[in-house]
Amino acid sequence: MSAVLDTHGKAHDGHGDHDDHGHHTPTGFMRWVTTTNHKDIGTMYLWFSFAMFLFGGVMAMVIRAELFQPGMQIVTPEFFNSMTTYHGLIMVFGAIMPAFVGFANWQIPMMIGAPDMAFPRMNNWSFWLLPPAAILLVASFLVPGGGAGVGWTMYAPLTTQMGPGMDLTIFAVHILGMSSIMGSINIITTILNLRAPGMTLMKMPLFVWTWLITAYLLVASMPVLAGAVTMTLTDRHFGTSFFNAAGGGDPVLYQHIFWFFGHPEVYIIAIPAFGVISQVIPAFSRKPLFGYASMVYATSSIAILSFMVWAHHMYVVGMPVAGQLYFMYATMLIAVPTGVKVFNWVATMWKGSLTFETPMLFALGFLFLFTLGGFTGLVLAMTVVDVQLQDTYYVVAHFHYVMVAGALFSAYAGVYFWFPKWTGKMYDETLGKWHFWLSIIFFNLTFFVQHFLGLAGMPRRIPDYSLQFAEFNQISSIGAFGFGISQLLFLYIIIKAIRSGEKAPQLPWDGADTLEWTHLPTPAPYHTFENPPTVK
Amino acid sequence: MSNATPTHNYYLPEPAAYPVIGSVGILLLLGGFAMWFNDVALGPWSSLAGLLVLVYMMVLWFGKVIGESEGGLYTKRVDVSYRWSMSWFIFSEVMFFAGFFGALFYARLYSVPELSSIDHKLLWPDFNPAWPSAGPGAEANFTPMGAWGVPAINTLLLLTSGVTLTIAHFGLLANNRGKLNLWLGLTILLGITFLGFQAYEYSHAYSELNLKLTSGIYGTTFYMLTGFHGFHVTIGTIMLIVIWFRCLKGHFKPDHHFAFEGVAWYWHFVDVVWLFLFIFVYWL
Repeated sequence: MSAVLDTHGKAHDGHGDHDDHGHHTPTGFMRWVTTTNHKDIGTMYLWFSFAMFLFGGVMAMVIRAELFQPGMQIVTPEFFNSMTTYHGLIMVFGAIMPAFVGFANWQIPMMIGAPDMAFPRMNNWSFWLLPPAAILLVASFLVPGGGAGVGWTMYAPLTTQMGPGMDLTIFAVHILGMSSIMGSINIITTILNLRAPGMTLMKMPLFVWTWLITAYLLVASMPVLAGAVTMTLTDRHFGTSFFNAAGGGDPVLYQHIFWFFGHPEVYIIAIPAFGVISQVIPAFSRKPLFGYASMVYATSSIAILSFMVWAHHMYVVGMPVAGQLYFMYATMLIAVPTGVKVFNWVATMWKGSLTFETPMLFALGFLFLFTLGGFTGLVLAMTVVDVQLQDTYYVVAHFHYVMVAGALFSAYAGVYFWFPKWTGKMYDETLGKWHFWLSIIFFNLTFFVQHFLGLAGMPRRIPDYSLQFAEFNQISSIGAFGFGISQLLFLYIIIKAIRSGEKAPQLPWDGADTLEWTHLPTPAPYHTFENPPTVK
Repeated sequence: MSNATPTHNYYLPEPAAYPVIGSVGILLLLGGFAMWFNDVALGPWSSLAGLLVLVYMMVLWFGKVIGESEGGLYTKRVDVSYRWSMSWFIFSEVMFFAGFFGALFYARLYSVPELSSIDHKLLWPDFNPAWPSAGPGAEANFTPMGAWGVPAINTLLLLTSGVTLTIAHFGLLANNRGKLNLWLGLTILLGITFLGFQAYEYSHAYSELNLKLTSGIYGTTFYMLTGFHGFHVTIGTIMLIVIWFRCLKGHFKPDHHFAFEGVAWYWHFVDVVWLFLFIFVYWL
């Protein structure tokens, strides 16, 4: 335990300044480029995802600024389209997914008593594939024709007609897929092979379980997305006819393949969030998680069902009624395991000794708003209703309730929860609470009104709208600007805590009982569990 | 305190620059492709540079891994990690091919028959949806690829190569190095012969059957499925050649040879994909 993290996250291991047969530990920038340490890589994932979050957030601000008033004010329709496209792609693939991989890197080895990830060098590559993908995405704005304005779902035949920016986006998706598949194989292998003696599968913290299931979803679904964008690429440049009806193909084929990936992707984002919440709520309720085994089974059933419901995104493409009915009922079935999870979180709090520090506040915000997003999901699952609501702001409101109030809020809960363990510093609790309340108020201001806009028929992805939507859009835009500024407060809280935060106690949260809290000092040393703990 | 201390009986490597070299290679390669496909003169050169950087990275990285393995740093537990990871990698490849098979089945079961339905009579009144089809709007005068010529021979070649590879594995397990080297070499020859036949088949299709990548959905699915499979056979053959040279250098022991087994798993996977191709692309 000779190596510790100081406030800047630099390792003091006495190896940086002399040459140990060419095997010295690099320092400075090269330390981060070449690192094989799961904590370094987790830190890079988290910072990268936050940078991408701000980048995608600026795009959201552009969208909301344009939609502040009816009529065309700020950007061209083409640029608006590329904003909605890259806002989606960057938030999904650049912000939320890498953020949870960052949590996985930091937490999984510490939670199962492993010395590191199973493949430390491949772990490094999983991260360092993200910058080339980000470069290609940004470069697509600079080529003739600009960024691809096709929506993050990249539907054919629009994609087969776009300019060179589309090719750069396709290759960025390929690279992101490689990164995800390598990262997932690493996580699965670590969990299956590197657990400490006595850490049986059913003793693993639920966060580890959720990542095992998420990694399975990624390995199964990312190659399908790679196939879909490859077909788009060959249709664009090599004269194939996958999505061309004149050649016997079908644009709807793209939607089937994409959503076969895309629906599991929803759970790739949501399930690690469930895992974080399942650690935070018991800790602040000072009670063990209610119904641990049922949580494992519920999460697994969600994963399995997620591969069988994809066409609920496509009710209006012209599907037989039997198909619509099947996909409707299968989709509604997912509410059962999800309901089990929500019930268990509430039951965990029942008669608990609750306190409401920032992580718990974000967890409760998650619980309320994610459940609300789940309910609107049930509304949209009904074919007859969805036919009215397809491609309206109701859908936008629905998935932002699960993506922002679901995934993002749980990521914040996780950062505040584990920040003391990672850095040995405490964040400013007052500012943390401000961050939560500002976020939740502005979030609802932004997105709650979008339900009404959608029900009234306002279409999504359109830069202009008719006059009767003006008031709700102004409310939504004001909320969005407030939400965006509130997230800068988070950056300030984190930097302030790293630079001048109070020293964290060994166990800042009474109810936290996983290995990283019970068996490791705070902050966690650079290398942990070089000798495995024994779990009873 | 060195990073390389075995812990948990588990080897943890020191910091390495291979990944970031690979990232530079990928950026040059795929950025180069994007330029190339849009007729930017720099494209082919960027792709070539990216490919060379990637090959350089793989030689360095795999060389390092081989050195560590032969140096006795990999315990049984590390071996289990490699087994899990290779299994999941092959599963991801299965899903990749599943996407393309899905496209084939969708075209045959849904999109092509639908294009002759009453909805499309106005646009394409004379379209006959019988498979193989190039669709209603594409040039249709091609001859489909028959199953019982070269493809049947290729099926026999690949199935035989699975057997010869298993005989080589038995040789390795029995520490009979002559048997190992001979049968592994034969497997490589069968793989290369397969690729040669496929190249012949493609040139035959282009020059005599008028069957092209642009021949509607039949040409699309035919070339994309067999092409990706051929690409995987090429990778598998390169992997076989690498482990053959390692065998000739005396690498692998009867109880420690996961690289050999991993390549063998991959080869059998490619073999199984071919059987599905033979049935659904060539035969039925």
